[in-house]
Amino acid sequence: MPLLFFVMVISLFPMALGVEPHLLARLAPAIIWVAVVLALLMSLDNVFKSDYQQGALEQFVLSPYPLSLLILGKSIAHWIAIGLPLLLLAPLFSVLLNLPFAGVGVLWVTLLLGIPTLSLIGSIGAALTVGLQQGGLLLAILVLPFMVPIVIFAASGVAAAGNGAPFYSELLLLAALLLLTLALGPVAISFALRVSIE
Amino acid sequence: MSILCAALMLYGFFSGLYLAPADYQQGDGFRIIYIHVPTAFLSLAIYAFIALNSIIFLIWQIKLADILAKESAIIGALYTFIALISGSLWGKPMWGTWWIWDARLTSELILLFLYLGYIGLRSAIPEERRSGKAGAILAIVGMMDIPIIHFSVEWWSTLHQGPTLAKFAKPSIANEMLYPLLAMILAFALFYVVILLFRLRIEILKRNFHTQWLQQWLGPKLRGPE
Repeated sequence: MPLLFFVMVISLFPMALGVEPHLLARLAPAIIWVAVVLALLMSLDNVFKSDYQQGALEQFVLSPYPLSLLILGKSIAHWIAIGLPLLLLAPLFSVLLNLPFAGVGVLWVTLLLGIPTLSLIGSIGAALTVGLQQGGLLLAILVLPFMVPIVIFAASGVAAAGNGAPFYSELLLLAALLLLTLALGPVAISFALRVSIE
Repeated sequence: MSILCAALMLYGFFSGLYLAPADYQQGDGFRIIYIHVPTAFLSLAIYAFIALNSIIFLIWQIKLADILAKESAIIGALYTFIALISGSLWGKPMWGTWWIWDARLTSELILLFLYLGYIGLRSAIPEERRSGKAGAILAIVGMMDIPIIHFSVEWWSTLHQGPTLAKFAKPSIANEMLYPLLAMILAFALFYVVILLFRLRIEILKRNFHTQWLQQWLGPKLRGPE
């Protein structure tokens, strides 16, 4: 479902903007990244919800294995379900949006580095809001500010590559953020889950 | 303390709006600084205070720290909002635009979102203990993220002038303008503390409404419908 949503958001932009190729090419990095963030937000609401309702989450917390490792496993599963298809779809859509060829590869790398970061950050919010009614909207409001740096680095990196400018610093920053959230994210998520479940 | 706060604010307003000379470039418009700088500075300081209290609450489970964090958030959000509005009013005559996607403006706006998210999360969870802990986690993660957001936005674009007041450098501002500014910063800080203490008292009374000491203390003043 989030993927279908992603496809629809992306195809909505040319319809609203008009089909001028240069305009689309300039806006393509921003459009794709905004669509990725929205699609991830749609999917994040459900990361822990079904486990919570079925009681599996309590088993996670009670199990002898460290909770953060189990969380990491869930995040990888989420990445395979949502992140990987997005990675495969994105080059296709960058062609539809007329992104310059040089930008496509960089877009792919930014997605590779950025999506896991976003999903880990979003999972913190999902863990905090898991038992709540209207959790979905609150989740979006909570995590969007934290996603700002990633969107900035990724979209500006792709735009720079499209213009033939250097883009390595953006990619390195994205990689740094990924490592940071990979190290600290699962710990924060497991803290948040323990609070939500008690 | 209320009196001290009122006195400082009166001095700040009077000397800032009347005694300080007009800026040679900005004319009288610069006087917005006396609202803008204190609120902007405190908006960040209050968030740091919330994060500090969150850490204290998570480690030592001191309820008072949780109440302090919760009640600070609303005042902090208000200060952030005032800083944004006053900055916008100042920006129109000085930069020729109400709003521009400049680094500092953007990070202040994101700070406002962080405050609102924190308040939203706390009010969405009915149980006090859970609400406190969830809020604390959010505030700590937010505190770690603020520098990252700040620098990402900084490299993205900046137009804002450099800071006027750095701690160890000589301020790039005349004394007649500086003293009212410092007075106003102190006054806004005290205003925050005064309001915080009021709210703290109300919240403590609310949470302990059913305890014996409170019922005894309230006894003659207030009898609930039996």
